[in-house]
Amino acid sequence: MASPFRGFAAVFYKEVLHVRRDPGTLFFSLLIPLMQMVVLGFAIDTNVRQVHTVVYNADGRQESRELIDRLKNSDTFNVIRYVENDHDLNDEIIGGKARVGIKIPVDFSDRLIHGMSAQVLVLIDGSDSSVAGQAINVTTAIGLDESLRREVTDSTAPFAVDMRPKLLFNPDSRSPNFFLPGLTAVLLLNVTTFLTAFAIVREKERGTLEQLFVTPVRPFGLLLGKLLPYFFIGFFELCNILFFMRFVFRVPIHGNVFLLALLSIPYLFVCLSFGMLISSKANSQAQAMQLAFLTFLPSIFFSGYIFPRETMPIFFRVLSYFIPASYFINITRGIILRGAGLQHLWIDGLALTAMGTILLVIAARRFSNKVIMT
Amino acid sequence: MTDAAQTVTGAAISAQHLVRRFGTFTAVDDISFRVEKGEIFGFLGPNGSGKTTIIKMLTGLLPLTGGDAWVQGIDVRKDAEAVRENIGYMSQKFSLYDDLTVLENLRFYGRIYGLSPERMKQRIDDIVQLNGLSPYMNRLAAQLSGGWKQRLALGCAMLHEPKLLFLDEPTAGIDPVARRQLWDLLFELSGHGITFFVTTHYMDEAERCSHVAYIYYGKLIADGTPADLKQLPDVQPAGTARVEIITPQVTRALRLARHIPGIRSATIFGESIHALVEEHFNLADLRAQLQKDGIAVTDIRPLTASLEDVFVELTYKHQALLEASRG
Repeated sequence: MASPFRGFAAVFYKEVLHVRRDPGTLFFSLLIPLMQMVVLGFAIDTNVRQVHTVVYNADGRQESRELIDRLKNSDTFNVIRYVENDHDLNDEIIGGKARVGIKIPVDFSDRLIHGMSAQVLVLIDGSDSSVAGQAINVTTAIGLDESLRREVTDSTAPFAVDMRPKLLFNPDSRSPNFFLPGLTAVLLLNVTTFLTAFAIVREKERGTLEQLFVTPVRPFGLLLGKLLPYFFIGFFELCNILFFMRFVFRVPIHGNVFLLALLSIPYLFVCLSFGMLISSKANSQAQAMQLAFLTFLPSIFFSGYIFPRETMPIFFRVLSYFIPASYFINITRGIILRGAGLQHLWIDGLALTAMGTILLVIAARRFSNKVIMT
Repeated sequence: MTDAAQTVTGAAISAQHLVRRFGTFTAVDDISFRVEKGEIFGFLGPNGSGKTTIIKMLTGLLPLTGGDAWVQGIDVRKDAEAVRENIGYMSQKFSLYDDLTVLENLRFYGRIYGLSPERMKQRIDDIVQLNGLSPYMNRLAAQLSGGWKQRLALGCAMLHEPKLLFLDEPTAGIDPVARRQLWDLLFELSGHGITFFVTTHYMDEAERCSHVAYIYYGKLIADGTPADLKQLPDVQPAGTARVEIITPQVTRALRLARHIPGIRSATIFGESIHALVEEHFNLADLRAQLQKDGIAVTDIRPLTASLEDVFVELTYKHQALLEASRG
């Protein structure tokens, strides 16, 4: 009688050979879980630390400097800049450079010396609810602590140092307001990078690409002709997402929608060019899928979509500058939540345009050298 | 006029000392040939012998490692773009867009070659007339049978009226009727002065070509008309004759025949054996000898070499040379 396990060894050996012949698949299947582990365990610090903070110290005397030192020593705040007026204080936050602004009034020291209650204004960017919560807690705690060290002669005021937090942009701390603008960047990847990557790989699989290369079609003609339809699809999808965000999830858009549309063009361009580059490398749709996922995960984890970029270790923070979604998330949150204008965001648009151009040129070179032909 | 220019004049393709290396592997090793205008040039060879590589070199898809090539009088090294304007190419997979209709496929290639709307309409009408696609114009390419796909692919490749068409295994995987019809079409077009460069595995197709070449692991080992090749001394050495032994017991007969002195080589062809024998060899003796060993011999008759015989003989000879050179 034949054993029910007949053929086991043969099939086992054959499968081992398949795996060895295709190290790419093995690499990805081993790398992705490891990457997720590293990201979740190491790169992501849910404790909010070193929040970028801007300080307007209108008082400037001993007592006010002591307060600032205490805030700095809390590890929650990282004072990146001192400004001299209210306008700059606001602008730093709208531009996304700082998430917390602290204003110490001109009579702060005087009031404390005279035993009166002194108020400190704490402006908090409410677009990230975890950062906002932590900022409120820590500033209030420091205020209480300072107050305990001082005597208040005016019995009507309970605290000597009265921290007055004020949430900007997202006063209700609604999480859709925070997540949806970032999600836009991730969702757009789906209809851009993935679709274009497949579009050319499909032609490779069918053999039509080979046919095209024997015609006078030039690389840029081919790439742009392939790219443009997906650009319109991506743009249409952006409009859908914005519509749902505004009218279904009721996220208010504080800035100019047309500016958002304008600045989404370079982002779509980068994503599409990346899809082209993938399709120049991949020889099958499965391979294209793997490569596209390789861009998808960093766009979720390292772009600031879920975890603030400020709290990442230096390596991942540097990495985030190479991820297009980082810039676009800054753009969407800036315009939608903080009402930022072109003067705050032009550099993000420029970075995206540069990335897209570089990627497209690399892809076109690969096509003109026919390196994709095997 | 330089020597090179002289050999180019008038030829549809002139390839001189073509070499293509991939790393240390030489896929195309010093190959020269010339295809005249209006010829049906059959290019044969086993898989992986370099046929497709040569097509890619001649169409400018692969740079030449060495040698020169002129296609329709254009230097491939200098102006691959111009070459591509002047040729048509049909790959083995009949590379069509399955999700486009017949008409949409044709129009796509028309636009790629920049045909004006009037010319496009004219050309599509001509092509449809020629290969009978008219009932299928609005059908998706995916729904066509192999033979019709091939006609559509050929139509797409000749929309811009190239004078030279490269067909890479145009009949692979299609039914015999469609195969016959394609060849009728090629002859008709050839009559209008179009040159064809056709690769194939079918010997009967090779027999129909006006000029054949055989490539074996990067070396060109045969080049000429089918009739000329059959007269080659390597194929039909002086003092030998070719005979066909018809018998129901081909396998046993082959084993015996190979040990009979006077038989130089023997191969099975269906229900018969093709053998190369010494000219003075007596066919009646051969019949007697086989019958003595219990083989029923239906008939033994003289045979002219087929192209397959030619390629078999030349391959043997080439293999022997290769082994000798390896020492």
